[in-house]
Amino acid sequence: MILAAAELSSLPPVGLQHYLVVSALLFSLGLLGVLVRRNILVMYMSLELMLNAANLALVSFSRFNNNLDGQVMVFFIITVAAAEVAVGLALIVALYRKRQTAHVEDLATLKL
Amino acid sequence: MPATADLFFYLFAFMTLFCGVMVVVNPFSRNPVTSAVFLVLTILSMSGLFILLHAFFLAAVQVIVYAGAVIVLFLFVIMLLDLKEEERRKIKVVSASIGSLAVLAIAGLFVKSIHETRTASLPLPFVEGTVSKLGAELFTRFLLPFEIVSILLLVAMIGVILLSKKDLK
Repeated sequence: MILAAAELSSLPPVGLQHYLVVSALLFSLGLLGVLVRRNILVMYMSLELMLNAANLALVSFSRFNNNLDGQVMVFFIITVAAAEVAVGLALIVALYRKRQTAHVEDLATLKL
Repeated sequence: MPATADLFFYLFAFMTLFCGVMVVVNPFSRNPVTSAVFLVLTILSMSGLFILLHAFFLAAVQVIVYAGAVIVLFLFVIMLLDLKEEERRKIKVVSASIGSLAVLAIAGLFVKSIHETRTASLPLPFVEGTVSKLGAELFTRFLLPFEIVSILLLVAMIGVILLSKKDLK
């Protein structure tokens, strides 16, 4: 614990770049989820992760540029994301009723 | 000696990334419910980061809208569909590894470009995302987008009701 504290004290103070790195890593995680997971619901959750990563970047830019516009943008993004989740989940439920599956490999009707 | 806020930053950042990993690649369970619960934890630790960035209103909105509404909706749908534990199918190793490699490359590119960028010495941050300040912005300069978003919510609601009707044409 003391060792960890000593290691932390040698790090530079937390600034814009730290938050951006967290945001970039979170975005990559979401991208990975969309690419490798096959459950349509988990893919949708990964999409939410990517949206949240963008929100984090916007809020940190807003903070370090002393401009509130970024936070207003995030407010709108959260609203649109809520609407998008509702519609997307309704589509998934309708799809499940028709095809009885939540696995993307079973939904290949459009595939050539 | 680092400030307490810095320690909290590392705590919340670790929590966010760890729970994010657990959402995407949980080694113990393929159950979507587990992913959803870890997504709640990710959202909560992210609202901690928002508080560290003095975006108090957005932190509250994050908890209320995401943890309170969006994830509950996800859980509702998972229960409604009665999804069983996802059976392990054969993963296509080639495509999965190519995908992971691409994601790694993109992440490396992001982090490197952030690291290399020399930001000008920024002024000391003083902006505070309190309810009154954000509300003043929303109801003056951003009044039109605000109203449009409320119409969007109405349209989404009507769309969802139509989509969930029994005999979908």
